[in-house]
Amino acid sequence: MKAYLAFADGTLLEGISFGAEGRSAGEVVFNTGMTGYQEVLTDPSYAGQIVTLTYPLIGNYGVNVDDIESRRVQVAGFVVHELSPTFSNWRASESLDAFLKRHNIVGITGIDTRELTRRLRHHGVMMGALSTNETPEELFERLRAHTSAYDDVDWVRRVTTPEAYVWGPEKRDAKYRIALLDCGVKYNILRELADRGARTTVFPATATAQEILADDPDGVFLSPGPGDPNLLGYAVDTVKQVVGSGKPVMGICLGNQLLGCAFGGTTFKLPFGHRGANHPVKDLTSGRVVITSQNHGYAIDGDSIGDPNVEVTQINLNDGTVEGLRHRELPVFSIQYHPEASPGPTDSRFFFEQFLKVIEERKR
Amino acid sequence: MVIGSGPIVIGQAAEFDYAGAQACRALREEGVSVVLVNSNPATIMTDVEMADRVYIEPLTPAFLTKIIAREKPDGLLPTLGGQTGLNLATELATRGILDDYNVKLLGTPLRAITRAEDRQRFRKLMRQIGEPVPESWIVEKDGELVELSRQSGLPWPLIVRPAYTLGGSGGGVAHTPEELIEIGQRGMRLSPRHQVMVERCLVGWKEIEYEVMRDANDTCITICNMENLDPMGVHTGDSIVVAPSQTLSDKEYQMLRSASLKIIRSLGIEGGCNVQLALDPKSFGYYVIEVNPRVSRSSALASKATGYPIARVASQIAIGLHLDEIPNRVTGKTLACFEPALDYCVVKIPRWPFDKFTSADRRITTQMKATGEVMALDRSFESALMKAVRSLEVGANSLRYKGASQWSDMEIESLLTTPTDERLFAIAEAFRRGLMIEEVAGLSGYDPWFLHKIRGIVQMEKRLRDHAADLNRDEAAGLLTEAKGLGFTDRTIAELTGRTERDIRALRTSLGITATYKIVDTCAAEFEATTPYYYSCYDREDER
Repeated sequence: MKAYLAFADGTLLEGISFGAEGRSAGEVVFNTGMTGYQEVLTDPSYAGQIVTLTYPLIGNYGVNVDDIESRRVQVAGFVVHELSPTFSNWRASESLDAFLKRHNIVGITGIDTRELTRRLRHHGVMMGALSTNETPEELFERLRAHTSAYDDVDWVRRVTTPEAYVWGPEKRDAKYRIALLDCGVKYNILRELADRGARTTVFPATATAQEILADDPDGVFLSPGPGDPNLLGYAVDTVKQVVGSGKPVMGICLGNQLLGCAFGGTTFKLPFGHRGANHPVKDLTSGRVVITSQNHGYAIDGDSIGDPNVEVTQINLNDGTVEGLRHRELPVFSIQYHPEASPGPTDSRFFFEQFLKVIEERKR
Repeated sequence: MVIGSGPIVIGQAAEFDYAGAQACRALREEGVSVVLVNSNPATIMTDVEMADRVYIEPLTPAFLTKIIAREKPDGLLPTLGGQTGLNLATELATRGILDDYNVKLLGTPLRAITRAEDRQRFRKLMRQIGEPVPESWIVEKDGELVELSRQSGLPWPLIVRPAYTLGGSGGGVAHTPEELIEIGQRGMRLSPRHQVMVERCLVGWKEIEYEVMRDANDTCITICNMENLDPMGVHTGDSIVVAPSQTLSDKEYQMLRSASLKIIRSLGIEGGCNVQLALDPKSFGYYVIEVNPRVSRSSALASKATGYPIARVASQIAIGLHLDEIPNRVTGKTLACFEPALDYCVVKIPRWPFDKFTSADRRITTQMKATGEVMALDRSFESALMKAVRSLEVGANSLRYKGASQWSDMEIESLLTTPTDERLFAIAEAFRRGLMIEEVAGLSGYDPWFLHKIRGIVQMEKRLRDHAADLNRDEAAGLLTEAKGLGFTDRTIAELTGRTERDIRALRTSLGITATYKIVDTCAAEFEATTPYYYSCYDREDER
């Protein structure tokens, strides 16, 4: 079946439908990772976005029951060059096509995704709409008149957990008790913490600092998440109070931006974001570079952070943007990329150990 | 001083010339004056403009010593001349020549090379860092070989690899104690150290390779990974290879990537390194097979496949630069410190000389027989495969192969089971005769994903033949677009539909089905490319 992908700049691409039939809209973004489509699809940080992968052959290894990063498929739509008609991998339980049908997500294949990526690189990310049952005119009309801009929506409220829940070992077996502010957490963050003996209570993004600190956790974790941090004043306030409590705090991705904002910084939108598994990040202390997994459309302006005790610890080698922050006196640090990987390189997993070490030291 | 790789022999060919030439250019750009030694004048690197001084002399310690005495180089870069360059550098170092003339060995330290190449020390190191290596035994005497062959409970079949040889020559798979003794004795004779390794045979496992780099600051990156279509048991130089891997999920990809980086770190390599791994197709189980602590045939392939100049960067690392101090020349803006993102598929097929050596044994095993290889890029696997097949110049314009239709079913079964240069064509022929994916997978050990793709090409042959009559404008458009996307040439389409090549070309051009050209830019279009190269495809946008 025919499907269309329309862009705010008037471009129309025709392809073939897969996954669910229907309509969707979102900010169109590209990811350059060559593996990990299942993790990308289920990552809450992609809420509200139509994702295209630059690697042309997708679906080869199917979909399995383990590699999910949240309760559902989060993307607004999925754009590929060639959907594999078959899949082969020992863990695969169904095809990508069946998986997207089951989760009611519209996909389109047969698109020149390199052309699409080049367009986004030139113009920056833009809004787009996908459809299997509208004429191009109807599609453009919907995109123009009936679709809210990505940056106007508080996506965090849409992906955060409605109720607090616990992940990890039983209380008596837990070495650490962590409180996590869920702005769109990926399961692998919880898995990494649990693997190291941490029992994590996951709080809704709207939880207050009092609620988060009520049970006297050993440390507080700020999760990644989707959307413009400027809409998250409530979470920034919470982070300010949490930091003020003196508890060890670690932030990832949006968590890095929330911390930056809490220390008086401002954020800006990147032209086409950082999404992929090959971003080089330099640690300014060691001089060493790690290859990181990234997924963000906004960044902290390092110069805007007023607090002289906050330093930029790492930068992106491609564009010099801030990749890590640290408070010189408080046990607080954050990174802009994904140490939990999934998908992507696992080279910076040691940050989880570092966080738990900070907790350990304070316990002594 | 740079040591070239000497004569082109089976198992070691022009890739070292490519690497050496790249290195000479890079070194001179950094203001280093280069003395090049190679015994083979029929190479690019020995062109007068490549180095400041060129010596065409036998690659022996005696001659090299004389050249060192005369030129008094500050450093020696041995990791670009394949095994020959490495072995010579080792000789010069152990004889004390390098110390006598105060020549610094550049790039990967010798002890790292020895640790990687001496199988016993390598295995010990792997055990120390917790990386799995298959059970194995080192044998240096006939008596030890006989003793081993009598041991009970050996994990037959066993693979025999001679130490320190080019392309693993002289090895083989032993199914019985008699075969073990025969192959083992031959291997010891061929090994300069009279040493062979006997190990658990992982025939049937997936063979995956990673090209990795490390600088003196311990920054490590992956250039690309590659999946061999031929499972373990066929030398990777004799395997059809695809980049990046196609059937690995992110978990498997990252597991093997992490292992490769851990290995290059533990060895202390400064430069490039190729890591070969065997992956169980039914679990996360894997074994480290071997590493090449230098630029190799695989790194030349990875370079061309990704646009990342491995030999150039390796030589810059060797003279002390860090990865984040080296620019990425393709984008001009970013640095050499990143991992290439491919937005196309790469297929490499070995070129065997069986058309020249007509009486040679066409079976391919653990000893490399290919004398060259071809590589093709496209947006689809099928088209990359078809382009590569055409580039082989074996008279095949597609997967239709001369004489294949005359093979008996028995012959096909044997061609699927026993790897030869004709296995790919036998797979296609098997599908023409209606064999199931599972049957072909069972016989060949190929992953079903690749077999589906090959069957798709065969099915297109039939569809073109079936629609020969109604190749009118409307119906033709869809079919022709699809066939071109799968890499069918106008000539093959003409043969299958009973038209002329010129007819088909005119028809599709009138339908607007023409080739477009895309850029190899190392970064999947994320950054603009300034010095790129192109490949053809039948996708929408033309970037010329």
